[in-house]
Amino acid sequence: MSTAAKAFHAEFEVSRYRQDFPVLQRAVRGKPLVYLDNAATSQKPSVVIDALEKYYSEYNANIHRGVHTLSEEATVAYEDVRELCRNFVNASSVQEIIFTKGTTEAINLVANTYGRSNLEAGDEIIISWMEHHSNIVPWQLLCEQNGAVLKVVPIDDDGAFVMDEYIKLLSPKTKIVAIGHISNALGSINPVKEIARLAHEQGAVVLVDGAQATPHTAIDVQDLDCDFYAFSSHKVFGPTGVGVLYGRQDLLEAMPPYQGGGDMIKMVTFEKTLYSDLPNKYEAGTPNISGVIGLGAALNYLNSIGIENIAAYENELLDYATDAALKVEGLRIIGTAENKASILSFVIDKVHPHDLGTILDHDGIAIRTGHHCAMPVMDRFKVPATARASFAFYNTRQEVDILMDAINNARKVFA
Amino acid sequence: MFDLKDLYQEVIVDHNRSPRNFGQMENPDRTLEGFNPLCGDRLTLYVKLQDQQIDEISFDGSGCAISVASASLMTDAMNGKTINEAEEIFENFHILVTSDGEDADLDKLGKLAALAGVREYPTRVKCATLCWHTLHSILEGDDEVISTE
Repeated sequence: MSTAAKAFHAEFEVSRYRQDFPVLQRAVRGKPLVYLDNAATSQKPSVVIDALEKYYSEYNANIHRGVHTLSEEATVAYEDVRELCRNFVNASSVQEIIFTKGTTEAINLVANTYGRSNLEAGDEIIISWMEHHSNIVPWQLLCEQNGAVLKVVPIDDDGAFVMDEYIKLLSPKTKIVAIGHISNALGSINPVKEIARLAHEQGAVVLVDGAQATPHTAIDVQDLDCDFYAFSSHKVFGPTGVGVLYGRQDLLEAMPPYQGGGDMIKMVTFEKTLYSDLPNKYEAGTPNISGVIGLGAALNYLNSIGIENIAAYENELLDYATDAALKVEGLRIIGTAENKASILSFVIDKVHPHDLGTILDHDGIAIRTGHHCAMPVMDRFKVPATARASFAFYNTRQEVDILMDAINNARKVFA
Repeated sequence: MFDLKDLYQEVIVDHNRSPRNFGQMENPDRTLEGFNPLCGDRLTLYVKLQDQQIDEISFDGSGCAISVASASLMTDAMNGKTINEAEEIFENFHILVTSDGEDADLDKLGKLAALAGVREYPTRVKCATLCWHTLHSILEGDDEVISTE
């Protein structure tokens, strides 16, 4: 690394950012919390918590309906976040930003609307071996309903997407390619731009599951040229219960509605209902208004730090953690792809991940242990479970050191 | 303060390292698989019964130290027990790992009391009780895979 780059990262004020997160100040079992489960959910900065409190204490009202001041204020706040999200993924229009309750619902929305109305028996859907269950099961359900066929791109021993095999699976029968941007179980970054380009050559549409990517890397849906991009608020330091679906405007306009209800209609009679224009067409019922407003606060906060600065800092932290992990005797990293982000998944000889998780918790360290909702990945690497440390920009090298010391202590328990 | 050694006692570490009654049984009267989807623990129990009594019992599979040690200790404790005795011990064991344990009959539990520390870690109770739920079902004559979820 160049001297300039080193100097740049030294300026990343992690200790200052840590002060923004109240929960990072607490102790667990008498030790300072070391939170390394960010791939499961991220912690929330005060600005997000304050935004929720402000909404509920100052302008709680339903949106898009009332003529009164509170409703007007809530509607503006809610719709401002749509613009923030448009900017966050660089969509060309706010019409293309749909609020859902999470990445899972966003994927289910596409499967149930685009999928049901465009796929027939014998059509094919391509996913990869490293998908989260939420990017497997909705497509399986669709296949059961309409006789489409699910095809799975293998991963190699490093946990990387095998492009050659993907190319072999692609054909004019391919109608949807649904792929994770970054694997939650392995950390592998997938070449989604190339994947999308190849899918489009066959006339297929591309959905990218961005749940793990959005906290770590800048997203540009126009550059990636994907048709759908889904992510979750709670992984980008916002509240739980909110997700975002970006969809290409012409597709969203042509697709049937997902759920029926209030806010998604222009006019209802018992004979005929006219649906709302985008984006309301896909937002039936009162949405998670406070959650969306909280997401807005989170995105503003992220923007103030700069996602590029976060990515650079986290890459250094992952390198540091990887080097330290490789020094632990009997430790095997699961997921060693060349392009990786912020996730260290591993197994240790003679120490089951679940026991490790409990022992680390005793030192105030939160990691995830288990199959990470990616059972096929566990089967691929022939392990029942892994331990996973996943990093955010508020984690430090000192925390990595504490983790490695605790892992070594755990090894002693079972030596 | 609760010490980690209270959970990973010597006897648990030992039974995890060298589980007793481990291995597939030839010609068991009943066999049943237990599965904990949360952590991927899997074990299969094998029993031979005679006159409502456990004549022989063994297990195999893989899992965390708590689940392996628990199955090892359980099979040790179940050899020669009647079905009624087995159910009574299970009841006591369940009290031991899920409540403050004061109501558990420690005399009936013997070595099984080593797993008392699990109650400090509610998410791990399933690991300790997987083998017991499987045993309970096998004694009732079930033949579906037992899941702790």
